[in-house]
Amino acid sequence: MITLAHYLVFGAVLFCIAVAGMFINRKNVITLLMAIELMLLAVNTNFIAFSRYLGDAAGQVFVFFILTVAAAETAIGLAIVVVLFRNRATINVGEIDSLKG
Amino acid sequence: MTFELVCFYAFGAVAVLAALCVVALKTPVHSVLCLVLTFFSTACMWLLADAEFLAIALVLVYVGAVMVLFLFVVMMIDVDLAPLREGFARYLPIGVVVAAVMLVEMLALIGVRAMRVAPTPDPALAAGMSNTEWLATNLFSRFLLPFEIAALILTVALISAIPLAMRRRAGVKMQNPARQVMVRPGDRVRLVNMPAERGQDANR
Repeated sequence: MITLAHYLVFGAVLFCIAVAGMFINRKNVITLLMAIELMLLAVNTNFIAFSRYLGDAAGQVFVFFILTVAAAETAIGLAIVVVLFRNRATINVGEIDSLKG
Repeated sequence: MTFELVCFYAFGAVAVLAALCVVALKTPVHSVLCLVLTFFSTACMWLLADAEFLAIALVLVYVGAVMVLFLFVVMMIDVDLAPLREGFARYLPIGVVVAAVMLVEMLALIGVRAMRVAPTPDPALAAGMSNTEWLATNLFSRFLLPFEIAALILTVALISAIPLAMRRRAGVKMQNPARQVMVRPGDRVRLVNMPAERGQDANR
């Protein structure tokens, strides 16, 4: 019998892997974007589990919206990466400092 | 141990292993392919949770579109991977420690109470509908305004991605469609009114 905790633990494990990935791949923009995708996936899994076990449709509808926003975010992010690579010939986060922030 | 539980553990193990590969592999192309596997296994887990529509949407939207976009970008930009990997060994311990602490905290938060939440009957089936119908009924009644806003967000993303990725190169000969359409006969053809020469003058 699959309980709610199974899904929540799965989501937590995925989320923590993504966090670790952000730490160890902090130079590579593309891997950072992939880690963000993993985090969103973990959160979506949690939403779906709660929707299923509480019998409420709001969770699944929210996953729908998260998918929408994540797709938009990925498209814009990758477009920015392409422009960045064209202008600076690098995707190293350490060298992206032209804004002097 | 029921068949469902066996499936859950199998898909979960594949998803977690693939997620580990995503963050640990050297080549970005391999990472993207592992991410595809993660999404696919997670879609199977969503199927186990009776979210059929979203599972198929995940496969179609993510594996079909977003991951292909990732692959295109990864293959299009030719980066030197050595400087991108330089901090890997240095940040590995702190990354693992932070992730482990977070995991322990989350597991403590989830606790044992969630273990006792028994699976209720599928709410969609209880309402006498398929999952897609149930989702659509809610989406187009209670959540109509957010749905429209999501469409707006997608449109904005579409429009803003185009000028980001477009580039104007100097010294390239190209047509200007606007000028081609706007052209008028007077710009191209010049009608000259000149007197005809006389025949006998030409013969002489």
